[in-house]
Amino acid sequence: MEFKTAVFYFLSAILVFASLRVITARNPVHAALNLILAFFSAAGVWALLQAEFLAISLILVYVGAVMVLFLFVVMMLDINLDRIREGFWSYLPLGAIVGLVMVAELGAVMAANYLGVLETDAPQAVAGASNTKDLGRLIYTDFVYPFELASVILLVAIVAAIAITYRGPKKTKYTDPAEQVRVRAKDRIRVLQMPAEKQD
Amino acid sequence: MVDALQQFLQGIFGTVFPLVWVMLKIVLIIAPLLLGVAYLTFWERKVIGWMQVRIGPNRVGPWGLIQPIADGVKLLLKEIVIPSGANKGIFLIAPMFAFAPALAAWAVIPFNDTLLLASIDASLLYVMAITSIGVYGIILAGWSSNSKYAFLGGMRSAAQMISYEIAMGFALVVVLMVSNSLNLGDIVKSQGQGMFADNGLGFLSWNWLPLLPMFVVYLISIVAETNRAPFDMAEGESEIVGFHVEYSGMAFAVFFLAEYANMILVSALTAILFLGGWLSPVGFLPDSLFWLFGKITAVLFFFLWIRATFPRYRYDQIMRLGWKVFIPLCLVWLVVVGCWMMSPWNIWK
Amino acid sequence: MTLAEMSFVLPDLRPAAAEIFLLVMACAILLIDVFSKNPKRTMTFVLTQVTLLCCVFITFATSSAEITYTFSNMFVDDLMADFLKLLLYLTVLVVMFYSRAYMLERAPHATGEFFALTLFATLGMMVMISANHFVTVYLGLELLSLSLYAMVALNRDSVQATEAAMKYFVLGALASGLLLYGMSMIYGATGTLEITGVAERLAMGVANKTVLTLGLVFLVAGIAFKLGVVPFHMWIPDVYHGAPTAVTLLIGSAPKLAAFAIVMRMLVNGLIVLAVDWQQMLIILSVLSMAIGNLAAIAQTNLKRMLAYSAISHMGFMLLGIVTGVVGGDARYALNAYSSAMFYVVTYVITSAGTFGMILLLARSGFESDQLDDFKGLNKRSPWFAAIMMMLMFSMAGVPFFVGFFAKLSVLQAVVAAGYMWLAIAAVIFSLIGAYYYLRVVKLMYFDEPTDTSPIDAPFDIKLLMSANGLAVAVLGIFPQALMSLCAYSLLRSL
Repeated sequence: MEFKTAVFYFLSAILVFASLRVITARNPVHAALNLILAFFSAAGVWALLQAEFLAISLILVYVGAVMVLFLFVVMMLDINLDRIREGFWSYLPLGAIVGLVMVAELGAVMAANYLGVLETDAPQAVAGASNTKDLGRLIYTDFVYPFELASVILLVAIVAAIAITYRGPKKTKYTDPAEQVRVRAKDRIRVLQMPAEKQD
Repeated sequence: MVDALQQFLQGIFGTVFPLVWVMLKIVLIIAPLLLGVAYLTFWERKVIGWMQVRIGPNRVGPWGLIQPIADGVKLLLKEIVIPSGANKGIFLIAPMFAFAPALAAWAVIPFNDTLLLASIDASLLYVMAITSIGVYGIILAGWSSNSKYAFLGGMRSAAQMISYEIAMGFALVVVLMVSNSLNLGDIVKSQGQGMFADNGLGFLSWNWLPLLPMFVVYLISIVAETNRAPFDMAEGESEIVGFHVEYSGMAFAVFFLAEYANMILVSALTAILFLGGWLSPVGFLPDSLFWLFGKITAVLFFFLWIRATFPRYRYDQIMRLGWKVFIPLCLVWLVVVGCWMMSPWNIWK
Repeated sequence: MTLAEMSFVLPDLRPAAAEIFLLVMACAILLIDVFSKNPKRTMTFVLTQVTLLCCVFITFATSSAEITYTFSNMFVDDLMADFLKLLLYLTVLVVMFYSRAYMLERAPHATGEFFALTLFATLGMMVMISANHFVTVYLGLELLSLSLYAMVALNRDSVQATEAAMKYFVLGALASGLLLYGMSMIYGATGTLEITGVAERLAMGVANKTVLTLGLVFLVAGIAFKLGVVPFHMWIPDVYHGAPTAVTLLIGSAPKLAAFAIVMRMLVNGLIVLAVDWQQMLIILSVLSMAIGNLAAIAQTNLKRMLAYSAISHMGFMLLGIVTGVVGGDARYALNAYSSAMFYVVTYVITSAGTFGMILLLARSGFESDQLDDFKGLNKRSPWFAAIMMMLMFSMAGVPFFVGFFAKLSVLQAVVAAGYMWLAIAAVIFSLIGAYYYLRVVKLMYFDEPTDTSPIDAPFDIKLLMSANGLAVAVLGIFPQALMSLCAYSLLRSL
């Protein structure tokens, strides 16, 4: 076995294990941490395929930013773990069936591929080419249209987030001096007439 | 000499020699780094002492030189208190999460033309990706301590780090634009060209001058990024409680080391990205890795200097500075530099 | 040749001029709105309308009978796209007119954003309509959906609206996932994401059938989700019901045009070779939608919810037109069938806009007017608007001679021509069942006593537009031929 293959299996094993832990971990924070581990391993696999830019940006974007915010949310949630777990066993048979069907389907597709219906070789990276540069070039030429669209989607996300959460300017505690001067006693004080209580 | 050593080791280890060789290189980088971290703490106390007209540590050893070692021994001997209800595994892993990235990033830092552990194409991206992981140490520490103070402190510091990472990232985008490369070595080399460099005034050709606004943004951002004064929300002994409030003994010390290791790392990056790395400032002196060390030291001194000088920022002020000043500024400058490079006055051809 | 040696040819921007203009204006409007002090958002509103009118002009001016591709074949400009886009602008224009007062009332801080998001949603729909690449289909769809999710939640004090937005978002994300999964499988089988490219590869017959079929299943499921046809319709009633009526109006009208366009682009332009496979799936979806949509609508007491089920059944009906295009490799009737589906969608959008517009017209502060009972005795309150609503309902039900009738008729003709007799009979039966609940609204308006006697106090311009909308349904019913031949012509030039 080549060294590279060994590394691949090592990373994949971690990836599969971490992914499993994501859905089986009892504690949501542990689940999120396992997801981070899964991202890391996936980045490693990509790096093996010489997609170093993708690998690094996976870490930079997902691990470095997205998952941090994710952790924020998960940590701040007040989750009653036992209640979430209640339905687990009753849903298990259905989930298992759906999972098995999907595995079977994918298996069929893969098998069809292995039997040589479709011969595809993964393209080999050109030696000496920097894929960061090439990606940049492609994004701003051939794929400029979807790239700009993606940026518009992000803009919409920003606008949407603000529109949903913004509730008008904050009420300041500034007081208008003129208004204070104009105040009369009757605005502030109400004199109540109360019958005197009898002492007994 | 290196060749002789290589042959000698090859004779001993045989097939596993490449692995051993890499390990040896790692040790050669990490060991001085750790020593540097230890003495940075000492130097900080000395410098701040002088600035405040005190003497600083002077009891342990000659001129107090053994002080960091004494501190280390003291922390080692202390008990690591694990708070009740804390998530023990994560509580103990968190400091390592904070420390490890600061060491791992050194893998791609070039000391001169040939002296570096790994030369990869996207080494700048690698550094950014690796250092962005450090934030996990902070939020995990805050969360696993099972303390509201630590948790809120962790949130605060993490949010601060993420915010300044954006401004920093944009500043770096400008650098990589003008250097036309993501490789740290190439970035340094590209700073050795230009009108001033040809006339023997290399230091005027380095990135800090043409990209002055980005240099300033970067310099301030790294201070915030490492949670140092005046942006030290994480510690803020006198008014606010940070993420490591529940840590003690060696576990705390690792956070402490992580902070200083990060300082050295970002100083090294500043030296490489903006101050010409190992290049000599003037034509008549040779390039050498001692220049790099000198520049790192200068930036580190800057860290200590502002710590002794400025009062602490309030949290909302930190966030305002990051989001409302630096990020727009970087975006504008990005466009300006882009236009500059497209114009006939482009100086980076 | 390495990438570095490739030269960059500036893409032809003319076909996409309207999109570019709209995007620039949407960004400008966002900024202007931030600095606008006017609480009624007049500036934003007027600019939005002007933008759409300019888009009408630009699309009109740049349209040609040729099919043009640009942006490395990711963008296609043909007559179908131009025609659908023109209708889209007009629909959105009308929608904003109806919605303005309602949004100012319910979400005063977010009205400006409402307009901006509507423009972004419009951009998303335009991208979908002009997509010639699976990625742009997906991006357009996401742009549209993301804007809509946010708009549903704009009225965030309403528990119903928040819940609807959540459901919409989760199910929408699931649907996008399915769609992407399908696309990636088709990419795996054909090696390209370009829709015309996919068609070429399929015609060569080298692609792996198993992967393709599997991809197709996911693709159809994703499309069905977005169209809201059974069994992927769960979100429709809740979202229509929970969203602010102004947003329901938008969701219930313009996106149907875009959905039709992506069905045409992906299934007809791209995967026509697999027609036998997807037609079977669509037949099932269509019959189920007509059945469940029409039957469930009967049980509703909320008009918005009723119209939601009605939308499900209408989309099912529209799919009949798509299903009958190619029969056993014979494409003789294709043009007829597809143009009948297009005509159906167009008339549905016009009618639907009017119906929801009517709910908006009757709504006022603190009162939604979305219950069936709120329409009781409308004739006594305003005979004119009762008449308009009657026309809209008749058109929805397919009563002759309103435009809905001709829409149903032309689709049925296509079905019969394709030889699916049983399908035509089923469609007629379900339409008859459906007529019941539309006519019930008419009965409530004319034969019941009003529970609410307050006068209708909408501004004059909205009343005028509402009347025009209602009359359009009637007039198009008298002269359906013009619109029909427009649909047919634009498709003829595009297929």
